Amino acid sequence: MLLTNHTTSSHRAPPSQGLAVHCRGVVKTYQTASTKVVALRGVDLDIHLGELMMLVGPSGCGKTTLISVIAGILNRDEGDCTVFGQDLDRISTRERTRFRGQNVGFVFQQFNLLPALTAAQNVSVPLLINGARESHAVKQARDMLARVGLGDRTHSYPRELSGGQQQRVAIARALIHQPRLIVCDEPTSALDHDTGHVILRMLKNVALDDKKALVIVTHDSRIFGFADRIARMDDGHISDITSPATEPAASAH
Amino acid sequence: MNMVALRMLMGDKLKFIGLVAGLAFATLLITQQASILVGMAKQTQTFIDETRAAGGPDLWVMDPQVEFSEDAKPLSDTALYRVRGIEGVEWGVPLYKGWLKGRLPDGTLLTVIIVGVDDATLIGAPTEVRAPARVEDLRRDRAIFVEERDLGTKFQMSRLKSGPRALRIGDSLSINDVEVTVVGTHRQSPSFFWDPVIYTTYSRALRMAPPERRLMNFVLAKVKPGYAIEDVKLRIERATGLVARGNDEFKRVTSGYILEKTGILINFGMAVALGLVIGLLVAAQTLYNFTLDNLRHFGALKAMGAGNTRLIRMMLVQVGAVGAIGYGIGLGAACIMGRIIAKTDLAFIMDWQVPALAAVALTGILIISGALSLTRVLRLEPAIVFRT
Repeated sequence: MLLTNHTTSSHRAPPSQGLAVHCRGVVKTYQTASTKVVALRGVDLDIHLGELMMLVGPSGCGKTTLISVIAGILNRDEGDCTVFGQDLDRISTRERTRFRGQNVGFVFQQFNLLPALTAAQNVSVPLLINGARESHAVKQARDMLARVGLGDRTHSYPRELSGGQQQRVAIARALIHQPRLIVCDEPTSALDHDTGHVILRMLKNVALDDKKALVIVTHDSRIFGFADRIARMDDGHISDITSPATEPAASAH
Repeated sequence: MNMVALRMLMGDKLKFIGLVAGLAFATLLITQQASILVGMAKQTQTFIDETRAAGGPDLWVMDPQVEFSEDAKPLSDTALYRVRGIEGVEWGVPLYKGWLKGRLPDGTLLTVIIVGVDDATLIGAPTEVRAPARVEDLRRDRAIFVEERDLGTKFQMSRLKSGPRALRIGDSLSINDVEVTVVGTHRQSPSFFWDPVIYTTYSRALRMAPPERRLMNFVLAKVKPGYAIEDVKLRIERATGLVARGNDEFKRVTSGYILEKTGILINFGMAVALGLVIGLLVAAQTLYNFTLDNLRHFGALKAMGAGNTRLIRMMLVQVGAVGAIGYGIGLGAACIMGRIIAKTDLAFIMDWQVPALAAVALTGILIISGALSLTRVLRLEPAIVFRT
């Protein structure tokens, strides 16, 4: 293991001292019939409230596995990991599902919008999952879409929207239920440079406050400047954590 | 989330239409074939129903080897008197039924079913005699009644020098070289047996029948008020060594025998099974493909906090919706076919049990199809959403 949390203390101070995510020695192995792949080899990571943390690194280094563990959609094999003080491996599947529904917002690389639903209906899904009435959920979804600049596209279907607009719908969906942790997987990889910047700016402005944390997995060095801290991963480890000022592409911000 | 489930389902119009069409076709096949089977079963009972309506015998007394209503096994004439003498029997009358050779006025030969009813009471004669004839006209010299619709179909004459024409009232036929005259017509429900039915009196029917020592086929008996039919039936059987069957029992025996011995039951059963298999294959495959196509979305819903219970409910809504729509369309189409068939002599009866059977079959199809898809969704790791 290359990194422990004491290495993070030398970097830029997080905006808030409260911890959203606290992971120590996280190990995750994928086992198939013939092969065994160690995706995480003892990862230590803290993510603070009010912080935008980026996880970067080459393909296959374990970024996606790590956010899957953090978001509670994948069980770890070893180590400790708490999200807002809750160890998600120590609660039942039902409780973990409910926890995700209430506390975690997701932005996916391929947006994952339901093609048969309008933008407003897509955005309303997390509220519906949490038991809201449809009329109330859709009304709130329209307001949220207005906040991300799509107030005039609430009735549009995903196929009628550009990539950037779809990602904004996905962001609105990730935020509508006021989650405390927002997890984004390559949110700009399907977008052009300018649109990617607009999306990141909006994400940071709309999503982040001192009661929330934002984790973004990305390859896109042009958006590193939006991060409060950047954790670089390699072969299942976090090799270092830096602030964007030290990153070569930080000027893009 | 139910509306989300329905929108997901209907969003892929091709698959949705394919699913509904498959289920509708299965429903149509099952209900249509089952209705025809029920119709045929009822048609095998036409003669018993008509005879029951015409005078209302409670019991049919027959040779123990008789297996259906057209199975003419002769009884001794003394059987009639023995039945009449049994306690609890109000009256007993003879009935003749047999297949005989007939010749139309143009020389056409055909097989006819002769029914000879009691000369004195005319019990067993058709009830719906067409005016101006009356049932009493059967007692006229050489009189026979034929079914009204048979005149221009089964009795159509095409070899007359004057040109083809239907048989008419007043025309004479030869039955086993006995001259008879059509004095009236009647209406009756279509029968399973194709040969035309001719009604006449018992004594005249015996003159037409080939000379045999025994000619009577059935004794129709009425039970006196205050006596239990079942008790009288047992008394008759004990006293005569014959079999006495109530109307419903005789209908059941007749249908069972014909459907089983002719292979109709197996053939229609296979058609119904085919409907089940087609429905199952189409529904299972389409539903499974639909699930596979939406796996990422189900994964996303799982990641966002939709638990297995909620996903099961969503799939139940989807399966229930396609099932209800497919069932409705299939049943509607079967009803339309039934309305069309009802104008012909073809058998088609949709009792409430037929749609119920189709509903049960369709539910089975949907449970199996849904279970296959659901298994896939329930095993789905929500982490799939982060894989590209």
